[in-house]
Amino acid sequence: MTKQLMRGSHVLGEAAVRAGCRYYFGYPITPQNEVPEYLSGRLLEVGGTFVQAESELSSINMVIGAAMAGGRVMTSSSSPGISLKQEGISYLAGQEMPAVIANMIRGGPGLGNIAPAQSDYFQATRGGGHGDYRCLVLAPASCQELCDLTFSAFDLADKYRNPVMILGDGLMGQMMEPVEFPEPVDPAALPKKDWILDGAKGRPSRIILSMLLDPKRLEAHNYKLTRKYDAMTAAEQRWEEYQCDDALLVVVAYGTAARIVKGAIKRVREMGLKVGLFRPISLYPFPKEPLSRLTQRVRQVLVFEMSSGQMVEDVQIAVKSQAEVHFYGRPGGVIPTPEEVAHQISHYYHNAHLAQGEAADGRRAGGAA
Amino acid sequence: MTVKSVFAGFGGQGVLLMGYILAFTGMRIGKHVTYLPSYGAEVRGGTANCTVVVSDQEIASPVASSPDFAVVMNNPSLIRFATVVRSGGGLLLNDDLVHSPVKRDDLTVLRIPVSTIAHQLGEDRSANVVMVGAFAEMSQVAPLEAFKEALADTGLGKKAKVLEINRKALDAGAEAVRQAMKKEKSA
Repeated sequence: MTKQLMRGSHVLGEAAVRAGCRYYFGYPITPQNEVPEYLSGRLLEVGGTFVQAESELSSINMVIGAAMAGGRVMTSSSSPGISLKQEGISYLAGQEMPAVIANMIRGGPGLGNIAPAQSDYFQATRGGGHGDYRCLVLAPASCQELCDLTFSAFDLADKYRNPVMILGDGLMGQMMEPVEFPEPVDPAALPKKDWILDGAKGRPSRIILSMLLDPKRLEAHNYKLTRKYDAMTAAEQRWEEYQCDDALLVVVAYGTAARIVKGAIKRVREMGLKVGLFRPISLYPFPKEPLSRLTQRVRQVLVFEMSSGQMVEDVQIAVKSQAEVHFYGRPGGVIPTPEEVAHQISHYYHNAHLAQGEAADGRRAGGAA
Repeated sequence: MTVKSVFAGFGGQGVLLMGYILAFTGMRIGKHVTYLPSYGAEVRGGTANCTVVVSDQEIASPVASSPDFAVVMNNPSLIRFATVVRSGGGLLLNDDLVHSPVKRDDLTVLRIPVSTIAHQLGEDRSANVVMVGAFAEMSQVAPLEAFKEALADTGLGKKAKVLEINRKALDAGAEAVRQAMKKEKSA
C-alpha cells in the first residue's frame, strides 16, 4: 500500500470506511465539513448509508438506531454541534451502544469561531451529557495516527459497547500528511453481536433501554457501567513519551498542541535544555499511572493546552504533590507557534534553576571525588 | 535537512495548489511532509496561505514560527510574511504584483514576473506553477525532475496538454531564478 497525501477530515472518513463503518449520519458545521463531504461519496461505493439529517439531534438519534441494529456507525461535528448531540450520546452510554463520534473542536464557548482549539476537553472526558457515564476519548496528533485511532475507535466501541470519541480540531482536519491505510475490514466478517435488534424471528424478543425506573435496578446498571470504565482504565491508557529519558522538565500536551510542543522542544534542546514531552493519546482513560511514574523522577511539569486550562486538572490529579505543575494556554482559536512555547518552557526551566542546579550538582560531585 | 516554507497570496492565485504540489513531490521522493492550509470564513479574493514542511526526519510541528522561505504572490502577503522569515532565508516575490520594497537586508530576495512568464508560455493560469519551478530552483528542496513527475498525479495531470504546459512552466520558473541569481551575484 503506497502512501497517500490526504487532509485529516478525509483520512477520518477513509479510515472509518476501511474499519467497517457503513453508516454515517451528520449535520454540517465548519471546520469538519470535509468529513461528510468525503463520506457522502465514499459510503455509496461500499453500499453504505449516508444521511445528512435536518439537525444534530436527528443525526445522533439515527446513530442510536444504526447501533441498535448492529452496524458500525459514526457521526462527526464540531463543538456547538457536539453540544447538541450530548443527549443522544448519554443515551448511547446508558443503552451501552457502540458508536464513534468525532469532534473537530473549534473556539468557544457559544458559537465561538471556526479556528482550532482544545476547549472541549472537559465535555469529552467528563461524559458531556447528563448522568453517570464516560466516553472513551482518543486524541490523535498526526494524520497517520488519526487513521490508526479511527480503526481502534470502532474496535473499542464494540469491545466495551460504549461510545468512543475522537477528539481533533480544525487544524487536525485541514492538515495534510502522508498516510498508509490498513487493509479494509469486511463488516460481514466482524464478530456477531448477540444483543442487536434485527427482528425476533426464531428467537425471543430483545429490548434495549436506558430507562430503569426502579432505583435499585438503575443503581445496579450504574455499577455495571462503572466496572466497565474501571476495565477501560486498566487496559486502555495510551500515551507517548518523547525525549523524556534525561528530561528535567516535561511538557504535557495532546493533539495539535503536542505537535507544536515537539517543535518547541527541538528549539530548547538546541539551547541545551533537557526537556521532554508526555503526550496523552487516550484522554479518557487519562494515562495517570505512567505520568505518575514519570513525575517521580521529573519534578517540573508544564501543561500546554489550546484552552484556558482543562487537562491541567487531570495532570494535577495524576502528579499529586510529586512535582510542580505549571500551565500555559492559548484559548480562542489562536494557533501558538513553537517559538512562543519554547519561550515559556525556557522561562519555567530557568525559574526552577534547572540549568544552574545541574551545574551545582556537577560541582558537588567533583568536590566529593 | 528540513525546509519550512510559506506560500501566500489571494484566493484564486493557486496558492494552496503550490503548497500541495511541493508537499506531494516531497512525499513522492520519500521525505516527511506536512501541509497546513490556513482556513477561515474566507471569500473569493481574500487572503490564502499555507505552510509546508519537507524534511528527512519526522516533522515535529506543522506550524512554522520562522520559515526558511516565503513565496509571496501579492502585496498584503508581503507585509504579513516578510517579517517572519528566518534570518538568512529566502523571499520569492511575484514581480508582476508585488512592488513594495523589502525592508530587510538579511534575506535573499528574488523577484520573478510569474504572470508575464506564464503569459509568454500561452497559459496565464500556470503562473503559480512557474512560481513552483522558481521555488524548486531557489530552495533546492527536491530536483526539478521530481516536481515534473509528481505533477502527473496532481489535478494538473488529467490532460496531457495541460500537463505539458505546466512542466514547461516549471522549467521557465527555474530558469528565471537562475537568471535572477546571476544578476544578484554580479550586482
